[in-house]
Amino acid sequence: MTVSAKSFEARQVKNTLARWLISAGGVSVLFTLVLIFLYLVYVIKPVFESATIEPVASIPVAASSKTLAVGIDEQKHIAFHINQNGNINFYQTNSDDKHQANELLLSQSLLAEGEVIQEVLATNINQYIILLNNGSARVIQPSFKVNFVADERTVTPTIFYPLGDEAIFIDEQESEIDSFSFTMNEERAIFVALTKDKRFIKTSLIAEDDFNYDSEFSAEYQIIAEEFSAISHLAITPDLLISVVVKNNNVTLYDLGDDWDVPVITEFNPVYDTSANITSMALLSGSSSILFGTSDGEVLQWFEVASENARKYQQIRSFKASTDEPVSKIYPETYRKSFYAVTPTGEVGVYYTTSEAKLWQGKLLNSDQQPFAIAPRANGLITSSSTLDAFDVENEHPEVTWSAIWQEVWYEGYPEPDYIWQSTSGSDDFEAKFSLMPISFGTLKAAMYAMLFAVPIAISAAIYTAYFMPPGLRKTVKPTIELMEALPTVILGFLAGLWLAPLIEAYLPAVFLLLIVLPLATVLTAFAWFKTPKSLKLILPESFAPLILLPFLLFAGWLSFECSPVIEDALFGGDMRQYITNDLGINFDQRNALVVGIAMGFAVVPTIFSMTEDAIFSVPKHLTSGSLALGATQWQTLVKVVLLTASPGIFSAVMMGLGRAVGETMIVLMATGNTPVIDWSIFQGMRTLSANIAVEMPESEVGSSHYRILFLAAFVLFVFTFIFNTLAEFVRQRLREKYSSL
Amino acid sequence: MNNLNKWFKSGSPWVWLSAGGVTLSLISVVGLLLLIASNGLSYFWPSQLHQFEMLDVEGTPSTVIGEIYDVESIPAEQLIHTGIDVKGAEFVERYLIKTGNRELVNLDFRWIAAPLIQQQSQPKDLVVIERRTNGNFYGFIEQVYMDGKVVELSQLNRFMDRVDDLQDEIFELQKTDIGAINYDLERIRLKSRKAEIDGELTPQLTAKFAAQTKQLKDEYLTLESKLNKLRDEVQRDKIVVRSMGGEKVEINLEQVIHISFNNQLNMLEKIGMFFAQIGNFIFAEPREANTEGGVFPAIFGTVLMVLLMTVIVAPLGVVAAIYLHEYAGNNAFTKLLRIAVINLAGVPSIVYGVFGLGFFVYMVGGSLDQIFYPESLPSPTFGSPGVLWSALTLAILTLPVVIVSTEEGLARIPASMRHGSLALGATKAETLWRIILPIASPAIMTGIILAIARAAGEVAPLMLVGVVKMAPTLPLDGNFPFLHLERKFMHLGFHIYDVGFQSPNVEAARPLVYATALLLVTIIVALNMTAVSIRNRLREKYRSLEH
Repeated sequence: MTVSAKSFEARQVKNTLARWLISAGGVSVLFTLVLIFLYLVYVIKPVFESATIEPVASIPVAASSKTLAVGIDEQKHIAFHINQNGNINFYQTNSDDKHQANELLLSQSLLAEGEVIQEVLATNINQYIILLNNGSARVIQPSFKVNFVADERTVTPTIFYPLGDEAIFIDEQESEIDSFSFTMNEERAIFVALTKDKRFIKTSLIAEDDFNYDSEFSAEYQIIAEEFSAISHLAITPDLLISVVVKNNNVTLYDLGDDWDVPVITEFNPVYDTSANITSMALLSGSSSILFGTSDGEVLQWFEVASENARKYQQIRSFKASTDEPVSKIYPETYRKSFYAVTPTGEVGVYYTTSEAKLWQGKLLNSDQQPFAIAPRANGLITSSSTLDAFDVENEHPEVTWSAIWQEVWYEGYPEPDYIWQSTSGSDDFEAKFSLMPISFGTLKAAMYAMLFAVPIAISAAIYTAYFMPPGLRKTVKPTIELMEALPTVILGFLAGLWLAPLIEAYLPAVFLLLIVLPLATVLTAFAWFKTPKSLKLILPESFAPLILLPFLLFAGWLSFECSPVIEDALFGGDMRQYITNDLGINFDQRNALVVGIAMGFAVVPTIFSMTEDAIFSVPKHLTSGSLALGATQWQTLVKVVLLTASPGIFSAVMMGLGRAVGETMIVLMATGNTPVIDWSIFQGMRTLSANIAVEMPESEVGSSHYRILFLAAFVLFVFTFIFNTLAEFVRQRLREKYSSL
Repeated sequence: MNNLNKWFKSGSPWVWLSAGGVTLSLISVVGLLLLIASNGLSYFWPSQLHQFEMLDVEGTPSTVIGEIYDVESIPAEQLIHTGIDVKGAEFVERYLIKTGNRELVNLDFRWIAAPLIQQQSQPKDLVVIERRTNGNFYGFIEQVYMDGKVVELSQLNRFMDRVDDLQDEIFELQKTDIGAINYDLERIRLKSRKAEIDGELTPQLTAKFAAQTKQLKDEYLTLESKLNKLRDEVQRDKIVVRSMGGEKVEINLEQVIHISFNNQLNMLEKIGMFFAQIGNFIFAEPREANTEGGVFPAIFGTVLMVLLMTVIVAPLGVVAAIYLHEYAGNNAFTKLLRIAVINLAGVPSIVYGVFGLGFFVYMVGGSLDQIFYPESLPSPTFGSPGVLWSALTLAILTLPVVIVSTEEGLARIPASMRHGSLALGATKAETLWRIILPIASPAIMTGIILAIARAAGEVAPLMLVGVVKMAPTLPLDGNFPFLHLERKFMHLGFHIYDVGFQSPNVEAARPLVYATALLLVTIIVALNMTAVSIRNRLREKYRSLEH
């Protein structure tokens, strides 16, 4: 007895266990769907987050001498400053195995005996120009040597003098300097300066070899203008081609590319229609855009736009940085198109130009006079108050905003705002352009053409199969058509791209001819059958219509293709493709929307067919019988009773088909040219969301904006199809309830 | 007229038009299958070799030898400007000839216009030589050399057999023996690195690893000398072939895979060769950047991945279906679950690929690497796309297929069976295990087969989570632990995409793509038909039970 009680218990435990296990298995389906959703959101989320700036270190420095410039290394472990005494001091920002936090790592004088600093200019590429009061300058580059000793990484700061450690006179006549700007690359260094005696000069230092290895150079001196009035802002583009000079709100660009002459390129006034003044100026990364800060708190972005007849500098967009203060300093990032705008009271705003995003704003400084620098990787800031203050910046994806993805954006070098998807390019200072509009458009265009092709065929086939076909025939026809759904889309895509596309190109008139010929042939066959004697009709009843039609439609198709060259000759001068491109002026791609429409139409037909057929077939028989009994013809019954009752089912079938067409990848990947253009033309290709993911995902860097945007594309697809499918399923469940009540 | 009107009113034209929809659908399905089948099968059929005596516009004679690939009829106008005399015809035929001989001519295909052909013949002694590199060679065999001495042509078959055997031996040596040594060397390196990370690398251990490495290297040297000897052996014989331009080309038999006098074959021999070619295609390794040779690694990869997926998806899908049908109440949550199933079926496959790449490969795989394979970092083990992640991704993708099919099977089992079992005192779990599942097993089988068919044809997600153009090693081999789930694999569907669209010479690769497509379609259609027939039989069975 005890044994069986025990075994009964064991059975109950097993039963409960099974219940739990199976329930868990069932719920896991929902869990999977939610997991996919959440994971996609998790990856996408960071691109839409704004920046954060957190203080991380504040290093006490000797107060005896004023700090003129600051900087920090790539890893943000070592900060440094240059003070009025001409010393550069390096400090550890965080403690590690070797060094305490705030420890002074190196202190070195940058001046020779008797020299006095007039100004320190920091460039965007981690160079500092020490201008002395006698008009000479010394260029220094703090560098950080990385050594691996016994697998441990040690970084030691050193000073590199790319132009040698002797101070160089900027002016040939060795006069004192009022204001100057400097930029260099490995071959050439350029000073543009206004001397105290009002000469505006350009000095080029040309490397004998390469400034990275050898500081030997020869100098060339040019006078751009004499009796030049005071300059308020001065800059040289990183490509050493243009110098920007701002005087009394007037901007003048000088061409530095010429060795003999320094001509004026253009002149303009960015604030001509306002009462504001220019209070600051900076060059945005990439040498194209100039930023102007104004006295009414705006930052204006200007770049050159090519119009029909000329290239002209033009204001592209503006950022409101402050309502009551001028923008007195602008610090651009080195590699990205972000900038920091500073007001006199130390308010800092972080902006990204192309996406028009305001990423951060707050009071970071005590005044705009504090030295300020952005870490080389743009992930930190360094400034100096009474202490040396380092900040961490979390700003991974400034270029992506909701509006940049879905609205027209004016990119540098483009004549007007546009929707552009261009994620990679060969050049270095290329800006990725992430507009999902063209590819979402491509997705809808491909789906639409597929539906145009599939819906009429699928629904008419479903109507016939469900309503008119004898059961014996239906048993073979239905699985045959459904078999198409099982065909791998990679095969459909391959046939579309390599067989259908060239075929359509060669026999273009035939395709359009088929649109007329096939229905015509069908109706003619029908009429002929109607006229045939009764005895023949008995052998081949009307319910075998699809089989009767078979030879006639094949013949009609063959005839269309045979007539194609003749029509081409007669109407299109021998070549319809050339006619379309030359006479109609429409672009013709071999892999175009027509090919995709047909190929993807084939893929969608079975989905729509199968569900529509089910919906029509399961219309309760007493409804049709009633209608027929009241004297309606078969066709009247079908249109007025059956289709009406089944219409929600047909709707849900079309929705499912649409869902499939939107998400289909391989066919569009292989049968379109994958060009992201917005154009409804049937003769042009497109790029769809799914194909875009398939093409670009394998080469996108994990965690980059590109990677996350591709996830966003997947998410958009997910949401598209989620809506279609849920709608379809909802309608179908309602329909099922309705049928069961009938 | 009245009659016609009446006919229109009856709706008959509309009925016929809808019948036209059925006809069109049927034509497209059957036509598609026929298209693939005819193109795919003709790839294996030994074609006739033609010799064309040509006379070009300037009157220079030339000879073109090769297979006819395509015939096209073009308007004569297109040719007139080239100076060809079309003799007043409106349309002119032109042939696409595969001329091979890649080392002599730039393009191994050329179009020739019919009016330029003076004479066309099919010489009996014309030969096609299939080679390991440089594609086919067409020409006439002039001489056969054995070890530098001229011998009879009839010896050729014997020499070819010998070369085949030697090549097999070399392949075996390289893949199996030397491959195993390289694999072991890598394992020793990883072991030593692991010991180093764990801080357990003692001098004894280092010495032991060094000794093992040395032993393996010695073994390698022996094998290498053996390999070199075999390589010398295999290069012993050669043939001299005269090409269509009259050049005499020396071809070492080592380079030759197959020599065939196609024009001498009778029907029976052709059929034999046809099947031999099919066998070759299925079992041989690909050559020349996948554009020639067989597709064995792709078949192997597809099958292995699909099997792995089946192992994952079958229990999950069946359990979920059982929950939905046997346990879930008729409430809002169940409705939600059903919507989830429908949506899982409707989510585009590429989205699964994106999810698989981000979640499985980078997140799960990356974490696995950190925990279990720190020694091989930074090169990833499971943190890069591989066959396991592909199987998992496709398992989610095919989950709804199994669920829907299993549930349909469960729904067909009459309630009386459950009641009977429960009334006899069985618990619900016992009823399920002993009664329901065995009866529903054909439905489960159907679901699994449909899932396999779906997975075998799916390419888009695999492009992100594990498929490659060329996998150096199979995911299953003789090196411990035999099944390498982290490896990348080749896949038939991807092979089609890759060879058809990414290969440098699409024209030359196209027949192979058709053949691959035919293989894939055959597998998938067969699987589907099996599933459907099982399902239909099941339906019949329960229809009789219900009455």
